[in-house]
Amino acid sequence: MITLTHYLVLSAILFSIGLVGVMRRKNLLMLFFSTEILLNAVNVGFVAVGHYYGDLSGQMFAFFIIAVAASEIAVGLGLLILWYKKTGSTDLDTLNMMKG
Amino acid sequence: MFEVIAFYTFSILTIIMFGIVVFSKNALYAMSALAGGMIFISGFFFLLGAEFLGVVQIVVYSGAVMALYAFGMMFFDTTRDVKENIHYKKVLYSLSIISAVLIVIIMSAPIYSANIESLYPSVIEGVGNIQMVGLVLFTKYLIPFELAAVMLLVSMISGILLVSKRMEMNLTQEDHYEEKGEII
Repeated sequence: MITLTHYLVLSAILFSIGLVGVMRRKNLLMLFFSTEILLNAVNVGFVAVGHYYGDLSGQMFAFFIIAVAASEIAVGLGLLILWYKKTGSTDLDTLNMMKG
Repeated sequence: MFEVIAFYTFSILTIIMFGIVVFSKNALYAMSALAGGMIFISGFFFLLGAEFLGVVQIVVYSGAVMALYAFGMMFFDTTRDVKENIHYKKVLYSLSIISAVLIVIIMSAPIYSANIESLYPSVIEGVGNIQMVGLVLFTKYLIPFELAAVMLLVSMISGILLVSKRMEMNLTQEDHYEEKGEII
């Protein structure tokens, strides 16, 4: 029998994979992929909690998270393409302009 | 029984796919693995009885978002392997895992301690999941829904404005530097 704990543990594993990706990646495109993983892990947790408590709010929040993710991709990818046109690379270290 | 088998299959497949996304050196492999992982995640939504959300997940993520990424990747050089130099590996991994565990404990502790009652019950006799989603979305969550619509419109306009070519000529004055060969 699958309980809520199973889903929460799965969500935690997926979230930590995404977090490792965010901290490990230096390429900006790969960083966007990792943020997608984070958002999806949270979605799984929301829907599981909503299902096991018989509540629809979890699905609603997952729905809005998907909308936020879609708009984030549109704006972020546009900015990334502009940055690539300007500097010719998508490396995170090229953003480091101030020698601090 | 089928639920258990499906849960473990989907979870193993999702973890493998997302592991490929995080650890692969090739950007194309990472993108394909991400699309696969999104579809497996929608399997969880179907298992949990959220059919509408599962369909939305497939349509939005593996349809729209992946198409956007594929379009974006045409601008970049994707055949070459991604080069990354990483410092402080051990600190990085241990920090991220510890913070993830902390977040999970923080989020799940109130759920297990308090008695939560559902505000909008998901199971009513003779009403399917999609009808219930519609009922709750257009009564209790109407203002967030409209705000999300406006937000998507704004992001669409900004995406067009940022990438389109004619706008790029007079977008900023940095293009002026680029013509002279002074890239900042």
